[in-house]
Amino acid sequence: MISLEGVSKQFRGSRRLAVSNLSLEISEGETVVLVGPSGCGKTTTMRMINRLIEPSAGTILVDGKDVMKQDPVILRRGIGYVIQSIGLLPHRTVAQNIATVPKLADWDDRRIDARVDELMETFGLDPELKDRYPSELSGGQRQRVGVARALAVDPPVMLMDEPFAAVDPIVRARLQDEFLGIQERLRKTIVFVTHDIDEAIKMADRIAILNIGGILEQYAPPEEILRAPANAFVEDFVGAERGLKRLALIKVAEIGVEDGPVVDREASSEEALRVMEKFGYDWATVVDEGRLLGWVDRGSLDGRPSLADVPPRRFSAYVTADSSLREALDAIVTNQTNVAVVAGDGDRYLGILTVERISQEIVSS
Amino acid sequence: MIALADELIRWDWVFSHGQEIWSRFVQHVELTVIAVGVGLLISFPLAIVAHRHRFLYTPIAWFTGLLYTIPSIALFVILLPITGLSYTTAEIGLVSYTLLILIRNTVVGLSGVPEDVKEAARGMGYTQRELLWRVELPLALPAIMAGIRIAVVSTIGLVTVAALIGRGGLGQFILEGLQTFFNTEILLGAVLSVALALAADAALLGAQRVLTPWSRTGGPRTRPFIPWKKPGFPIG
Repeated sequence: MISLEGVSKQFRGSRRLAVSNLSLEISEGETVVLVGPSGCGKTTTMRMINRLIEPSAGTILVDGKDVMKQDPVILRRGIGYVIQSIGLLPHRTVAQNIATVPKLADWDDRRIDARVDELMETFGLDPELKDRYPSELSGGQRQRVGVARALAVDPPVMLMDEPFAAVDPIVRARLQDEFLGIQERLRKTIVFVTHDIDEAIKMADRIAILNIGGILEQYAPPEEILRAPANAFVEDFVGAERGLKRLALIKVAEIGVEDGPVVDREASSEEALRVMEKFGYDWATVVDEGRLLGWVDRGSLDGRPSLADVPPRRFSAYVTADSSLREALDAIVTNQTNVAVVAGDGDRYLGILTVERISQEIVSS
Repeated sequence: MIALADELIRWDWVFSHGQEIWSRFVQHVELTVIAVGVGLLISFPLAIVAHRHRFLYTPIAWFTGLLYTIPSIALFVILLPITGLSYTTAEIGLVSYTLLILIRNTVVGLSGVPEDVKEAARGMGYTQRELLWRVELPLALPAIMAGIRIAVVSTIGLVTVAALIGRGGLGQFILEGLQTFFNTEILLGAVLSVALALAADAALLGAQRVLTPWSRTGGPRTRPFIPWKKPGFPIG
């Protein structure tokens, strides 16, 4: 969808290259995050795609067409653009701001109105805000309006330069989640710039890590970057908690669960003890036709012939197949145990996940 | 010099000169409107050029500043041999004094447009011209209107000086009153021109409020500086 071939940029009066011989392929519907320290040319690279900056060398194709051979104004109207400070037009209401590009593209009023309403709903903006001016909005609302505005003519490509950086961390996390949900449906081709590796890991299908001077150090999915950093720069940039960050990207179902001690609620105490013995634990999971009920420990079986007499206790370290390994680890650690029980749909017992198994996953990277 | 023995104002004279008062008032308004109008026509493109090409701002500001410093009486005297006792003479003077104010305020307004707003607008596909007319000028409007208000008020004052060349609107009364020691005429000219200035200023302020609804909605930027409302001011 977007391809950069040997793109370089040297600003006038500067001896250093801001971007050096950069080649990137960005597929349709993919979110690529450009990340790196300041001075790595990530914003410059992004702005060359809609020609706010012209490349000194190389070719940039959007949808197979050379951007340098197109009218920059027409090109830009077909590419959604969001910047950190959002840059809402202060003299236009929320509705007018969202309608900016449709208006430039000469849509008729009724179509514009319908589109504005649709986008405001998509972004959870109260219809009452329509006639407000940007100065009357909260930071989070402004960001939402900015992203909605960029999507107004439904462009296939979006450029987003730190779009969530101007709000506090709690609002930012919410906006990121909302945007991921929206992107799930829209499948835009997105070039996203940030200096925050955690944001990159969260938002990206693929991450391009750039070094000072616009040198591409690694271009890979987040999980791969965390598992196998290409070099010391990437390793350093990704930071000390590489293993933990990677756990957030792996689902429990992906590494598979282990068999654990499990007995039916109708079983005898004798059988329960045998199962515990076999797995080397002093507790066992109790199920009812495969459905998770809880657990019993060796002590509670004393003098009781059948499990039917022992009320099972609830699991506190409980995760689902869709949980991330990081969540599983959190559940295990916060409950001061070393095992979490894994349940599937409808509380079906799947197995157990041990802290050893998780740490193996970290070490194997 | 006001003759003290004389009655301060003779209402019978005022009422018997209604026609003349009206026509001079209209002339005053005309002179002002034409001066500021022509001033805008000249300064507006110059301001835009100066905004686009920064290096031109200094010479433009220097030249209009020079015009501004020439004493008005001197300027009329210089122009007399060329354009005579005419409206042209009066207007050349009046227009030249508006230029500095109008250009300065327009350039200040344009350069005050936030960079991120312009960047976002360009990124969305505004052409240079659309950016100017739909983003930069509307956002510069409060500053431009402030310039127009100052220009109008100061022009209304200056018109009275143009009475010296016989084209002074209400200033005509002041001049005649001074020559004949007739207080009523002096007061009439002064009071009416001050009233005109105040009314024009209020009307323009009202127009600005209507034209820039967004600037009423908040943002400390738009609030005027009022010293006794500042924290720590001794007589708060």
